[in-house]
Amino acid sequence: MTADTVTDPPGAPGALRRTSRQIGDVVFKGFSTGSGITILVLLAAVATFLVGMSIPALTADAADLPFGDFWAYVAPYAFGTVWAAALAMLFAVPLSVGIALFLTHYAPKRVRQIFGYIIDLLAAVPSVVFGLWGINVLAPLMRPLFVWLNQYLGWIPFFAGPVSGTGRTILTAAVVLAVMVLPIITAMCREVFTQTPRLHEEAALALGATRWEMIRQAVLPFGMPGIVSGCMLGLGRALGETMAVAMVLSPAAVINVHLLTSSNPNTIAANIALAFPEAYQLGVNQLIATGLVLFVITLAVNMTARWVVARRKEFSGAN
Amino acid sequence: MKLRLTAALGLGAALMLTACAANEGQTAETTPTSAVSDGATTGAAPLKGTLNGMGASSVSVAQENWIAQFQTANPDVTVLYSPDGSGAGRDAFMGGGADFAGSDRAFTSEENVAGAFKSCAPDSTALDLPVYISPIAVVFHVDGVESLNLTPAVLASIFKGDITNWSDPLITALNPDATLPDLAITAVHRSDDSGTTDNFTTYLSNAAGEVWDAEPDGAWPYQKGEAAKGTSGVISAVKDGVGTIGYADASQAGEATKASIGVEGAFEQPTAEAAAAAVEASPIAEGRAEHDLALELDSKASGYPIVLVSYALACTDYKDDAKADLVKAYLNYIASEEGQKVAADGPGAAPLSEALRGQVLAAIDSIQ
Amino acid sequence: MNPLTAGRLPRFTEPALLVVCLVVTTAALSVLNAGNPGVIIIVGALLFLLVSFALATSVEGVRHAKDRLAAHVVTGFFLIALAPLVSLAWGTVSAGLARMDVKFFTYSMRNVIGEGGGAVHAIWGTLIITGMATLISVPIGLMTAIYLVEYGARHRLASAIRFFVDVMTGIPSIVAGLFAYTLFSLFFGPGTKVGIAGAVALSVLMIPTVVRSTEEMLRLVPNELREASYALGVPKWRTIVKVVLPTSLAGIITGVVLSIARIIGETAPLLVTAGMNQSLNTNPFDSPMATLPVFVYYQYVTPGIPQDPYHARAWAGALTLILIVMLLNLVGRLISWKFAPKPGR
Repeated sequence: MTADTVTDPPGAPGALRRTSRQIGDVVFKGFSTGSGITILVLLAAVATFLVGMSIPALTADAADLPFGDFWAYVAPYAFGTVWAAALAMLFAVPLSVGIALFLTHYAPKRVRQIFGYIIDLLAAVPSVVFGLWGINVLAPLMRPLFVWLNQYLGWIPFFAGPVSGTGRTILTAAVVLAVMVLPIITAMCREVFTQTPRLHEEAALALGATRWEMIRQAVLPFGMPGIVSGCMLGLGRALGETMAVAMVLSPAAVINVHLLTSSNPNTIAANIALAFPEAYQLGVNQLIATGLVLFVITLAVNMTARWVVARRKEFSGAN
Repeated sequence: MKLRLTAALGLGAALMLTACAANEGQTAETTPTSAVSDGATTGAAPLKGTLNGMGASSVSVAQENWIAQFQTANPDVTVLYSPDGSGAGRDAFMGGGADFAGSDRAFTSEENVAGAFKSCAPDSTALDLPVYISPIAVVFHVDGVESLNLTPAVLASIFKGDITNWSDPLITALNPDATLPDLAITAVHRSDDSGTTDNFTTYLSNAAGEVWDAEPDGAWPYQKGEAAKGTSGVISAVKDGVGTIGYADASQAGEATKASIGVEGAFEQPTAEAAAAAVEASPIAEGRAEHDLALELDSKASGYPIVLVSYALACTDYKDDAKADLVKAYLNYIASEEGQKVAADGPGAAPLSEALRGQVLAAIDSIQ
Repeated sequence: MNPLTAGRLPRFTEPALLVVCLVVTTAALSVLNAGNPGVIIIVGALLFLLVSFALATSVEGVRHAKDRLAAHVVTGFFLIALAPLVSLAWGTVSAGLARMDVKFFTYSMRNVIGEGGGAVHAIWGTLIITGMATLISVPIGLMTAIYLVEYGARHRLASAIRFFVDVMTGIPSIVAGLFAYTLFSLFFGPGTKVGIAGAVALSVLMIPTVVRSTEEMLRLVPNELREASYALGVPKWRTIVKVVLPTSLAGIITGVVLSIARIIGETAPLLVTAGMNQSLNTNPFDSPMATLPVFVYYQYVTPGIPQDPYHARAWAGALTLILIVMLLNLVGRLISWKFAPKPGR
């Protein structure tokens, strides 16, 4: 980072001012470093708690565990978590980037303001409400579509039957999750897209680029770190979302990729919410251990995503 | 800008000071003696304090009614009941986080030993007091079918996933008058671990053991069928779905069509009276302490057979005597004729029989 | 022939094409007896994309055709996403308005059965708990982001923090709730449910969001600004406070408001930590505290009989929550508009 090399601007006159300046810098730096360390401590506490509570479940004999062998117990839920979040991101990411582009580069100013605002607000809708909407509105609407998909595309394993009688399948849950993360990703993308240097955009247009070429060459590369950040935030929410999934999904402890049936792999978070109230003793440890697995999954997904889209430092002003 | 911020902060602080609820704090002015002191048998001193309860969601509606009545009569008392689930309630009660718990099953003899309960005196055990009896209804949604008769065996086969179509001969044989369509059955069960499921599967394994080969449990044992969260989730899944059937506390079933259950020739609709009859026939479990009233439900007795009995769990001896007085007063109110009537009028529970009520009151009286 | 419009499609082409495509699809699918309205719109829209692309390619060339395609896809995405969002917003508003009366904002649920009652206790709970969570999270998050961008550079500590902030975004909300619950049980006895525990749980969720968005925004501040400030002899910390932060303030506030928005609707962690209370409680250090999401949850999931007044309260609670965020958003915008330097755009 270039800024770091300029710690003390040359030619600062006066020893006294110099020390007061240094004190200010030292205090400020101390505070910011301290905050960073606080986060590390906090995380260490969470990790200690998670691991500490999980160990009894991980070391206990399978016969003593209320839900049976731990790894066999967690496998379907781990699969369900990743599967539901992946489906949700499949819908949400292109849509969010599209909406953000529409709002920043295509829409008339009025539409831009109103919908930008609406989308920000939707990030605040409690997950319970998404759950209610999913059960009462979305699921009945999805059912005819599911029947259609099964009827005409049933030969694809994803759309195999028998179709659920209520429409509360993993596909519905994924759509609910997508709607939930959409505002988060969109807000982040919109913010970075508006930050695109106007000069870059105008230069591209002046060179005869069409609007789409300008977006591809100036807006998207510049916004890439922001898009990735937004996606990570959204993915974090999709993986960890509890209530909406618990309410919408018809869960089972199975591993399959059928999108339209009643037996859907449940997610870890939703399973904790469903089983926790009635769990006791080792059962609690076992559920928290599944929470640890969720934590590890999120971490792995996060790291992989970071690695795949290596940060493009050259577009960041501070570097 | 700074000025504006200060003003905003000041406004916020002012609001904070005036934070109040219009319906709170008024009743405190009425003298407690003039109010109906339902269970306050302990003396002239008005009851004061907070009572923390936690447990089964099945009794949440009844608790809500009881609390409102009890708090009106005793304005200085706050009773909290958080319907987090029977297991959570039992756990919190053991750990000392709750003064009393609601649970859809009694403590087992192994759990109920002296010293296991943190808010009780060291040598205290727990009392299992049946206070709420409600039928579990089997609700279904098949267009054009208004009534349905099911035997335990057929019911078990449907929920286990062995019978998958409404036109199955086993169902039509029981319902000669109904026109059952050729439609797939979607059997909806609870996705969360629940006391309702526990009572329902206990019934199935007792009454139809040859079909239902799984142990009774609060978590659904099979991986077939549709699952929904909570009683209201099951009800809405059944109502909004096509060819669905599910089970839920009868009080919450609302307008959903309910099936009649029983042995051939004696099918009963879920009503409070029928449930009360079934509980009446159930003996109190043997080998327990004197005032420990765990019931052994007889699933083959006459009356509507699928019944949920919810217990209030309390200490025989509280560490804190003031707590003991509060708990006694509150439980006394619940078990009083008026309390049982409130539960019957609101959520439609079956009132306790006079004999059982007498035993419960005697048990409450023994709390120290 | 007008040379300016030569080689361009006339304006009316695309709307007309869209109608034609939808009609053709409806007809074709009806013949096949698969006329589901949702499917018709999807297939019709795909057909339109294909045909208009082909047409534009032949008349205007590939580059312009691509431009049109992108515009259609982007607009289409917007419309697709709008459907559920509007349905949700409309549903909440229409169902919530029924109980947006004075009583809802002045009554608690103490001794209320059935009709009536309000959420004043839950509103205060949400404001207090969210406020405390924000007070904990924003300073820590902001300062950490400053450290990462301005001081940390490639220090090992900075990369460790960056890594662990990533880790923290992955903490599922329910796990954060369990963490806070266990922490408070450990120190204040088992089963402790108090408002501050909820604030701690929410902070665990909020801090990484604040760090992430703030860091992103600080990085967008051009280095030229920093260097200009240093060249004028301004010390580093004043440069940060007077130049870097104001420049990125709008973005930072958006990030903070978004992260408040994210946590204000959290249900699961508050269910475990702050519990439920039917009466007003403004002391976050004693007794359970009601919050709006938990209020909504319980009103909906464990309704009394009849259910309607409970459901009406649930929707009104959700609407109130949205209104609170709306207000926050407005305040945030006002602040950023006041403080932000006016750029030349």
